[in-house]
Amino acid sequence: MTGLDLLLAGIGLVAVGAGWAVVATNQVVRAGLWLVVCLGALAAEYLLLTAELVAWTQVLIYLGAVVVLLLFAVMLTRAPIGPSPDLDRKVGPASVVGVGVGLSLGTLFAVAYGWTKYALPAQHGNAETVGGPIFTSWVLPFEVVSILLLSALVGAVVVSRGAK
Amino acid sequence: MKPLAQDPTLNDFGHDPWWIVLIKVVVVFAFLVVMTLFAIWYERRVVARMQVRPGPNRNGPFGLLQSLADGLKLAFKEDIMPKLADKAVFFIAPVISTVCAFTAFSIMPFGPVVSLFGHKTPLQLTDIPVAVLLVLACSGLGIYGVVLGGWASGSTYPLLGGLRSSAQMISYEVAMGLSIVAVFMTSGTMSTSGIVAAQAGSDTHWGPITAPSWYAILLLPSFVIYFVSAIGETNRAPFDLPEAESELVGGFHTEYSSLKFALFFLAEYINMVTVSALCTTLFLGGWRAPWPISLWAGANSGWWPMLWFTIKILLLLFVFVWLRGTLPRLRYDQFMRFGWKVLIPANLIWIVALSGIKTLQKSDWDGTKRTMVVVGVVILLLIVALVWPSKKEPEKLTVADQIAARPDGSFPLPPLDLVVPVNPRAKRITASREEPVTVGAPDDSTGPKEA
Repeated sequence: MTGLDLLLAGIGLVAVGAGWAVVATNQVVRAGLWLVVCLGALAAEYLLLTAELVAWTQVLIYLGAVVVLLLFAVMLTRAPIGPSPDLDRKVGPASVVGVGVGLSLGTLFAVAYGWTKYALPAQHGNAETVGGPIFTSWVLPFEVVSILLLSALVGAVVVSRGAK
Repeated sequence: MKPLAQDPTLNDFGHDPWWIVLIKVVVVFAFLVVMTLFAIWYERRVVARMQVRPGPNRNGPFGLLQSLADGLKLAFKEDIMPKLADKAVFFIAPVISTVCAFTAFSIMPFGPVVSLFGHKTPLQLTDIPVAVLLVLACSGLGIYGVVLGGWASGSTYPLLGGLRSSAQMISYEVAMGLSIVAVFMTSGTMSTSGIVAAQAGSDTHWGPITAPSWYAILLLPSFVIYFVSAIGETNRAPFDLPEAESELVGGFHTEYSSLKFALFFLAEYINMVTVSALCTTLFLGGWRAPWPISLWAGANSGWWPMLWFTIKILLLLFVFVWLRGTLPRLRYDQFMRFGWKVLIPANLIWIVALSGIKTLQKSDWDGTKRTMVVVGVVILLLIVALVWPSKKEPEKLTVADQIAARPDGSFPLPPLDLVVPVNPRAKRITASREEPVTVGAPDDSTGPKEA
């Protein structure tokens, strides 16, 4: 147990706590801000694991673009300051789904990796070592994801234009 | 003594003792604050010269202490907290802006490796393999300060200003990021010190003149796009829509006063300095001396590069001010169309073309094959241009048709056959030119009938 492990665990707790706050808070914009904290903590975890490229891309894309757009959309429609009482939903079904997904993902990771230790390659976390595999062995999933995003974009345009 | 003209590499970072790191942090902080104070004075003086007036010239020599006086004045003003504001977020927003602005500067290379109290250390706070991404990430996070400040004020104008800013900054950040891709492709690295080293001197000489190796010349389209999007990213004129005074009072910081407002102001000017410094680093050779100075052997060693770096930043800041003094503000839809439909597609085409050129250069084909590929691409482009569907001319409606096509409940139209009376001054001028005797006599045929 080194200081680094403690830091990793502490920031992980921050991420989990912020994720909880996202769904628990009854103020719309505050929920978005907790999401920022949660994703930022994830980026800090990546940074601690010396995955610099992934960490800064996480900040750049998720914090700098996605969540800002979310907040933007919230503010375009309704951005009340203070609590909104109509945000609460029934907790029962959601908690069953949430706990189920969390447990199964956790089990998956525990079964797949257990406590095995993996040695890091000499060069890791930089653009070459991340970009190389993405554009060689994983290029198909990468392209499929981009087509998915493109169709979502086109779909959004079609929906927003309405029936003519 | 051999000069310490040593290009720092990534391995040179992370070995400084704590007190050198502390000195560097303080120096970067002081540099940014002083640059802000100076840039405000500089902007006001330069704009004043362009508008044929003296500008601030009372406080200190040439009015240099004017920004300091303004800062002190701000500190003594009342700190207003709007009643409807979200208190915590209202307080944090300017802090986010300022912290992000300062952090982005931590990877700017000021110079080569120098000797500092017996320690050899690069003139740069730190460098990481993905340093340029850090700057982009910081400017991305800086948007939060603007958006949240606008929202948390609990007032309409700031909210509109915040929305405008977020849309604008996100759009132009995309263009900015894409323009930097060409630099990454050419230099093969994302670390700022590496990019400066990659632009160091080329081997081609034309007589006494060395061929330019700056990416501003090599990658001219990227440079232009970067600079345009940098202006959009920093909310400067002619893209200063988030704080369009005539439309939004002050934009997102309408409700801010005293030191909180000063922090926003500070962040804006630091961002200007940061994008100028990044532009210098990526496109203008960084801290390396420009051509005539670089003939002197010691120009790129020791502490001199800090001077070249600062001069380059000041020249870029001058361009910022120059644009502000020259161009009127764009309309919002024109501005967004320009970003999404001109800058980004142009950027993508340029990147594809550049990667094509790079692939050709790397391939082991002989001259004929390469020429054939180039000719083939040109022919393909011509064919595409030939079969490209031409733009349909919209049908021209007569005025009567246009009026008939207006939906119910439209604004009332002014009478369209209104005869505008002749300007009396123009009339006098014409009169004095044609028949100087009849000045003052009413011309019943054109003028308004009075009495």
